[in-house]
Amino acid sequence: MSNEATLHGHAETDLPVHDLHHDEHGVHHHKETFITKYVFSQDHKMISKQFLITGMIWAIIGGMMSVLFRLQLGYPEAHFQFLEDLLGSKWAKGGQIQPEFYYALVTMHGTILVFFVLTGGLSGTFANFLIPLQVGARDMASPMLNMLSYWFFLGASVVMCTSLFIETGPASGGWTSYAPLSALGDANEGSKAGMDYWLISMALFVVSSLLGGLNYISTILNMRTKGMSMTRLPLTIWAILFTAILGVLSFPVLLSGFILLLFDRHGGTSFYLSDIFLTETGKALPNEGGSAILYQHLFWFLGHPEVYIIILPAMGLVSEVMSVNARKPIFGYMAMVGSLFAITVLAFVVWAHHMFVTGLNPFLGSVFVLLTLLIAVPSAIKVFNWLTTLWRGNIRFTPAMLFAIGFVSTFISGGLTGIFLGNSTLDIQLHDTYFVIAHFHIVMGVSGILGMFCGIYHWFPKMYGRYMNNTMSYIHFWITFAGAYLIFWPMHYEGLAGMPRRYLDYSNWISFNQFGDLNRFISTVAMITFAVQLLFVFNFIYSIFKGRRVMDRNPWGSTTLEWTAPIRPGHGNWPGEIPEVHRWPYDYAKDGRDFIPQTEPLGSNESAH
Amino acid sequence: MSTFFLLLILLMGFLITFQIAKASEYVGVLKGEKKNFEQNNRINGFLMIVFLVLGLIGVYYCNEIFRGKILGESASVHGVEIDRMMYITITITGIVFVLTQVLLFWFAYKYQYSEKRKAMYYPHDNRLEVIWTVVPAITLTVLVGFGLFYWFRITGDAPADANQIEITGKQFGWIFRYPGSDGVFGKKYYQNISDKDNNSLGLLWDDPNTHDDIVTSEMYIEVNKPVKLIINSRDVIHDVGLVYFRQKMDAVPGTPTTLWFVPKFTTEEMKKKLGNPDFVYEISCDQMCGRGHYTMRGVITVVSHEEYVLWLAKQKANYAQVMGDQAPAGGAKTDSTKAAAISTSRPAANLATPAAKQLVATN
Repeated sequence: MSNEATLHGHAETDLPVHDLHHDEHGVHHHKETFITKYVFSQDHKMISKQFLITGMIWAIIGGMMSVLFRLQLGYPEAHFQFLEDLLGSKWAKGGQIQPEFYYALVTMHGTILVFFVLTGGLSGTFANFLIPLQVGARDMASPMLNMLSYWFFLGASVVMCTSLFIETGPASGGWTSYAPLSALGDANEGSKAGMDYWLISMALFVVSSLLGGLNYISTILNMRTKGMSMTRLPLTIWAILFTAILGVLSFPVLLSGFILLLFDRHGGTSFYLSDIFLTETGKALPNEGGSAILYQHLFWFLGHPEVYIIILPAMGLVSEVMSVNARKPIFGYMAMVGSLFAITVLAFVVWAHHMFVTGLNPFLGSVFVLLTLLIAVPSAIKVFNWLTTLWRGNIRFTPAMLFAIGFVSTFISGGLTGIFLGNSTLDIQLHDTYFVIAHFHIVMGVSGILGMFCGIYHWFPKMYGRYMNNTMSYIHFWITFAGAYLIFWPMHYEGLAGMPRRYLDYSNWISFNQFGDLNRFISTVAMITFAVQLLFVFNFIYSIFKGRRVMDRNPWGSTTLEWTAPIRPGHGNWPGEIPEVHRWPYDYAKDGRDFIPQTEPLGSNESAH
Repeated sequence: MSTFFLLLILLMGFLITFQIAKASEYVGVLKGEKKNFEQNNRINGFLMIVFLVLGLIGVYYCNEIFRGKILGESASVHGVEIDRMMYITITITGIVFVLTQVLLFWFAYKYQYSEKRKAMYYPHDNRLEVIWTVVPAITLTVLVGFGLFYWFRITGDAPADANQIEITGKQFGWIFRYPGSDGVFGKKYYQNISDKDNNSLGLLWDDPNTHDDIVTSEMYIEVNKPVKLIINSRDVIHDVGLVYFRQKMDAVPGTPTTLWFVPKFTTEEMKKKLGNPDFVYEISCDQMCGRGHYTMRGVITVVSHEEYVLWLAKQKANYAQVMGDQAPAGGAKTDSTKAAAISTSRPAANLATPAAKQLVATN
């Protein structure tokens, strides 16, 4: 499919592109309305903004939930009357968060942040925004499927949001929804209707993710502009390509697991159920011969790649931003691509490290230990390459750059604790404790969100043609970054002491009640950090309308193609011809020049990278 | 009311921040973009080094204040090995952590923008890249080696003389079963479970091996003697978490799992060691299992051999509890729990013993 073909038959806004089409296809009479421009838009830039804003709304909801359950964890004895006023006596009787509600909150927090914010929000935004602009395409390979991808995402969001308001409450078996707990309404209130909503929503989400992923892959492979060979792609695009491949290959397995779960819930099958007697009803279920562990294999076959689906795009964004603001080529471009590839391949063969203590055959466990710790090698390569990129650079601390540096710091911290958990011997002590919470929040949650902020701050001028306010951005970064460490670093100690996760209250446990003060401290910091995120949201919205205008096409002095497009590109991205590419994207500080855009032909005595 | 004021204060904070932020933007424009950028850059560069220093102090401070609260002396032989492995890993990752974080923030500070500096064009260096592929690979091989060595020792077969205890999780508590004097666990079948008839594990009374099985809600084990737990679940997935023994294993409905360990100290010894008169070995459920997950606590009492034998002798077999005194040993004449087995008709072929088949057939 050619670049021009994608655009054919669509509404365009930008005048120059329009002119181009007048020349090529005669006169078009498309009229763009509010609906086609902002709602059912097929322009990848608008779709990306839709993903971003939907993701941000979810992030606020998901973050708010964490504030609520941190309130409970920090002050288990306190009565907060306003909670009962707000949520009713079923969920917050006497101003205390009830167990069902607490478990619903942690489940929803996990689901929302992992899938809706850090997968939909992160990949959806930056894959859509950057792929066509950075590879030099008019739009995605299929703008229609791209639009559907967003609408399925929104559909998933609506269903998930609805489940918050049903009588029995939303799903509450943890974001992993392990069967049989998730299969039996009599075992858990959240496994009644809430679980069905959860499964339907997730199914819609998988559809959205597949439509998006296939589109990303085909656009990157087929629609690169002239001269844009694969080895001239910015690392953002490489990262998104591998992310999309991971998603396309692993999400269907998750969906199959969910379908079997639906059969078990409503069809009377026994895929996951065996030998169950429910204390609640005093009855034994007829199901025999199923395996509860099968669900975990199916879940983690996506669940583990999922964490790379989150972190790979963030790595790509950070690599790009770091190189631009260090004014220096990214160190070891091919090693960066190679390590992304290695991580992608290994991501498929490590899932059972989540299951070391399920009774897995110890030999099988040992194989997964080896494969899991192998992933540390490409991760280490990336870290050292980032460090070398900073070395002897000339660093500008734009807000995006600060977040990029923050990302590397948290990725190191969280990556190193992964070496503990991937080693089955240590996992015996650390499994399902706060150590795990600390580990995955730092390496996936915080790093993922810092990567996302890094991308938002860097490409905001391209998205909206305005700058965000710097002072608010700096405040946002430093408090978020320090807050993240203050929240999650101490949790490692709780985990070393074996303190289990997903407990409503620890005060009755002799082994774990020594951390009351610490829990209070963590909760306080969490609330402050959350408040600062609202400052970011304010800055974001305010700057869309009132921010300082961008006057320069290439405000960061960047080499990549998106900065050769007009300040506010229309549908089609470039008026006239799509620029041709002559070099790799990291020619910074070469031959005494600050930067050389990808569009500039090689000089007569210049050596290509 | 206080909530209202809190929100008001928050709002005021936002407004003030916003005003300052806007004002500084105007000041920046007045000062000139370049000067403004250089000033911001210096501040952030300085903050990088401040963050590094405060961060490292914070890490040190955390280690100091939590030193006594984590990883207290392990109470099992396996636990000692796990702790050793833990300290090896903490040392290695600790070195890498400090080294890389120092480099990251130091580079950021040192190579911050300066008009005089020119960034260096340094796109790759194969020698360096080989070094930092090989060094992590070797380090990880060492860690994997240590880890798997201990892993196979811990997950290997329990010694033949180990005491066997069956532990079953349910929403929300634990049920323990001792095999009794014959040392054999009798047959059970989950359809036979009946809480009201005091057959919480669904033991099949037709199997004579069940007759001396002891079912309790508390767990006693012998110090310095290997103990093997056979782990079951009655409903959803639970997890037997033994913090001081450094052990953990899921309880999966339909799929029994096992773990074994050798307790090193009795509960009394541990009370003295920790200086905590309230100390008990707790079993925590470490797998999310429903609304009462956080209350699913069990207690293990570790005692000397003599005390253990004495305690065991005092326990009444489940069979005797159900049948009362009139039950003659070896017979199943008045099985009050039979009713539970009728409730669902099912192929007799699924049942484990001929006696059990007969049980269903007679119904």
